[in-house]
Amino acid sequence: MTLPFAMTAPLRFAPLPLIEHATRLVFAQVVRQHPDLFDRLGEHADKRYAFVPTDLPLGFLIEPAARRISVHRKPHLPAADACMGGTFVLLLALLEGQLDGDAVFFSRSLTITGDMEAMLALRNALDDCNIDLPADIARMSGPFAPLVRRAASEIRTRALSGEAARWN
Amino acid sequence: MELICPAGTPAAFREAVDAGADAVYCGFRDETNARNFPGLNFSRDELKTAIAYARRHKVMTFVAINTFMRAGQEKLWHDAVDDAVRLGADALILADFGLMAYTAERHPQQRLHVSVQASASNADAVKFLVETFGAKRVVLPRILTIPDIARLARQISCEIEVFVFGGLCVMAEGRCSLSSYATGKSPNMNGVCSPASHVRYREDGSELVSELGDYTINRFPAGEAAGYPTLCKGRFDIAEERGYAFEDPVSLDVMDHIDALRDAGVGALKIEGRQRGKAYVAEVVSVMRRAVAADATERPALLSRLRRLSEGQKTTSGAYEKRWR
Repeated sequence: MTLPFAMTAPLRFAPLPLIEHATRLVFAQVVRQHPDLFDRLGEHADKRYAFVPTDLPLGFLIEPAARRISVHRKPHLPAADACMGGTFVLLLALLEGQLDGDAVFFSRSLTITGDMEAMLALRNALDDCNIDLPADIARMSGPFAPLVRRAASEIRTRALSGEAARWN
Repeated sequence: MELICPAGTPAAFREAVDAGADAVYCGFRDETNARNFPGLNFSRDELKTAIAYARRHKVMTFVAINTFMRAGQEKLWHDAVDDAVRLGADALILADFGLMAYTAERHPQQRLHVSVQASASNADAVKFLVETFGAKRVVLPRILTIPDIARLARQISCEIEVFVFGGLCVMAEGRCSLSSYATGKSPNMNGVCSPASHVRYREDGSELVSELGDYTINRFPAGEAAGYPTLCKGRFDIAEERGYAFEDPVSLDVMDHIDALRDAGVGALKIEGRQRGKAYVAEVVSVMRRAVAADATERPALLSRLRRLSEGQKTTSGAYEKRWR
């Protein structure tokens, strides 16, 4: 599923520090909920991983060793050791292990460039972690947690229904 | 018939158990197993937890220690065997005769399966492994037709397991040197075919180019499904033609022939894919479980949905239904 322009257009004008702050909150929450997330990376924990959604005007850089994520406007993306590109929904689905990375790659919906060994290690680490974004985000929402979890799960189900039909 | 399912991570292991596996096979996080990929496989503690989880669900755990030992480094493989036995593996899947001898001598009660990597494809070879090391099961190389398997089954006394779905190797399992030729590392000795450290994908115009070491393996035009960067599935210029010299980038699928395999004497069906994600494991195992129980007429509809998960998004029955001789 490609995000509609109406949904992504505001990101072109929103201040980058604001987007980055929100992204870091979610990232910190995921790392907190899955402290062993990067254990499987071994020597690849020091690498820099770029995730570039094809339907967003932004790119994300993750540095596992520093437990850091940064957000950058296209085309000003910093150098990375390995880079993964695909629609935003596809990348989130891979983050959660909802889709099989090889199958998506065979279909040409996913591109991977750079250090393949590092990206494979990260893929396997993520796949083993059972990340559940609606649940993880809900835990940040205090008394609104049940509501946030329900809403986020519903959005995920709808977003992935097309992908699941196509890939799984 | 038993359904033997792959797991590269503890999460995939649980998915396989929950989806209906009779047994799950996995390996340690080192070069003792033929899927030694970065971020994949099990620590000793993870295997202990996985075996306990499988036992609670009445599912068996097979541990693949199926690469060949290097002279002077035998301890790595011996430790893997000792630890797998200690942790309660229901069977060890071995390829190296030396390691089979070690296992039979040190752990005579341990159930031993002959890995596909051992390339035991005729009655004499299988009988030798059964009589010498007490092997209880052989995983047959993917080079035999179903009538070949039926003939073999009548001559041997051990159980037979065959691959029915997933990645398909060129017909020299345990003997293939293509990856070693291009990268210096092989599935047989290091547990890696086309190691990721030597793989590169790049866009060249509208084409996706896959490279292994210094070799260009393939160029996929826009819209064409991609495959793994293995030399056996590379597209080569041969005389005036460009094409696949060894194999097309396709996956194995012989689930249409379950009844014939059962009649031939096969007792266990194996799914390839320890390197795949848990979504693949969950989907393939649950579909296979239903397919084994289903009527033959219902199977094609069930199985067609798996094609999208396959390399090149195409499947073949390979040598099981050999049509080229």
